[in-house]
Amino acid sequence: MTLLIGGYFLYVMLAAEDKSELLIGEASHGHFQIELACSSCHTDAFGGGEVLQNACVNCHGEELKTARDSHPKKKFTDPRNANLLEVLDARYCVSCHTEHQKEQTHPMGLTIAGDYCFHCHIDIGKDRPSHKDLAFDSCASAGCHNFHDNRALFEDFLVANAGGHWLGAVAELVTANHAGKNAPAVVPGPRVDATAQVARHPQIQQQWSLSGHAQAGVDCAGCHSDDDGDWLEKPALAQCQSCHGQEAQGFLAGKHGMRLAAGLPALQPKMSALPFKQDALTAEHGCTGCHAAHEFDTRVAAVEACLSCHDDSHSRAFPQSPHGQLTQRALQGEISWGQAVTCATCHMPRIVHDKPEAAVDVASLGAAAERAVISVEHNQNAMLRPNEKMIRPVCMSCHSLEFSIDALADENLINNNFKGKPQKHIPSIDWAIKRAQ
Amino acid sequence: MKKTLISAALAVSVVGMVGCGEPEKVGIDPKIYTDSLFAVMKADRTNYTKLVVARLGPGGSNVVKPDEHWEEYENGTLLPAQMFRAGAEAVAELTDDFTYSLQSIWPINKQNAPKTPVEKAGLEYIAANPGDNYYGEETLGDTTYFTAVYPDVAVSEACTSCHNEHKDSPKDDFALGEVMGGVVIRVPLN
Repeated sequence: MTLLIGGYFLYVMLAAEDKSELLIGEASHGHFQIELACSSCHTDAFGGGEVLQNACVNCHGEELKTARDSHPKKKFTDPRNANLLEVLDARYCVSCHTEHQKEQTHPMGLTIAGDYCFHCHIDIGKDRPSHKDLAFDSCASAGCHNFHDNRALFEDFLVANAGGHWLGAVAELVTANHAGKNAPAVVPGPRVDATAQVARHPQIQQQWSLSGHAQAGVDCAGCHSDDDGDWLEKPALAQCQSCHGQEAQGFLAGKHGMRLAAGLPALQPKMSALPFKQDALTAEHGCTGCHAAHEFDTRVAAVEACLSCHDDSHSRAFPQSPHGQLTQRALQGEISWGQAVTCATCHMPRIVHDKPEAAVDVASLGAAAERAVISVEHNQNAMLRPNEKMIRPVCMSCHSLEFSIDALADENLINNNFKGKPQKHIPSIDWAIKRAQ
Repeated sequence: MKKTLISAALAVSVVGMVGCGEPEKVGIDPKIYTDSLFAVMKADRTNYTKLVVARLGPGGSNVVKPDEHWEEYENGTLLPAQMFRAGAEAVAELTDDFTYSLQSIWPINKQNAPKTPVEKAGLEYIAANPGDNYYGEETLGDTTYFTAVYPDVAVSEACTSCHNEHKDSPKDDFALGEVMGGVVIRVPLN
């Protein structure tokens, strides 16, 4: 009997397509979409901690590097930290982010108590009198510090960007130009003769003629040719990424595309625990899920596409919010589209290559705007959590640092999509200035 | 499994060799090993401080900006202590045969204060006995180390002015040629 049971599970582990019987618990909100693509993390059936660590780094390493990770593994490998590692082995991601423990998983995928900073920084009150009576679990939860990404929160940055009115002029954001600057001059591969299809679909040709593809000279055959030069009815990610590689890379790394990256069928909203609209629950999430085919109107993809699925309070409040009103005015032609603040402006922002924390408004970029390569970050998670990631590339184009920090720490304000002022104040800038004086 | 088999094979070979009366292999003396490592580290650290930071920084031609947050600036470059630490971190990714760090009993970043009894004794010894090194053994976790502590001396005006003026520095009267801290090198013995 033991052999039979063992043999069955060995079969499931090594050969069966459906591995759900091996799940030891539901995966966290970060990984639930790919919990049945076991080999995404368990790259070796016989691997131990290093295998898992490599899997974490394989997906998240580059992001941490970009974030100038404040606590990289290399900070903990010196033997002088041996006693600290006995309390919290920060060399391994799973020490704080254990998977398959959904019921014990906190925001940021944390599976340990919120006082983890305290173990190493127990003496901070001696050097920073302002920190003396702070709660042990408040370091990374109060809007002052993050464990990994502190690019908008470190002391010198706080001092350098202190002051200023909470709202400056509405910024004019630059237009993304990555695909235009980097797309191949000729779409690679054999091209189909699309004459017959063009004749049959005059309406589609009309939609295409107003699109960016038409302006760039990418015609029907540019997307509808398969590898053999035959007509491809439904172009998919592979065709899009031949010109939009950067965008595809971000899409596959984020929540919208991670299932496709793991070789699973596309995401459908019904798979998620987040609130989505009933009529969108089975919508499949590929490139054309947001970028409606043929028109490829980025203005639609930036708002309408998001709101056709997302049905949480933040999303529902958007149309009436100050940001939503700006978008409405831009759609009506009262202000430029560069001044619109859409869902994508914050969650899939334009970023400057090699300077992901730089603001992308015309005024901030100055002369560099001409030569800068700007792409749209299609990994919606890249700026989402912790939300202070948005401060430099997004919020500070229009708002002061102080307002940005306060607003992003105010959950009610986030829920009503920033309709009003923050009801709480994070004192980090005040304390930083006091120390600098 | 493969690793276990290789280890077992090596163990058998070693026992066999000892049994045959082969002379026990003697490696390099840890002190000579760490002294040599320190010589390289000191030379590189001094050169970076004098030839890059002092020469090209604000005290020289002012074409680079040495700054703790050097990544913020197009012409930003690492402070000498950061450069040293970056080297230590890069070495740690290449080998487990030794580790090193820069510490001080007057650290700007308190994480660089001595932690272990040997570090404390060593840093205090080299500060009180300029020119001397300190050697000891200590067990951290389940490993015993040969630990050497070498003086880190102010070689340039850039060192003293930065440390004397920094708001987090516990000492503001460093002078050229004075011991500002120590380089701690560890070699695992077991």
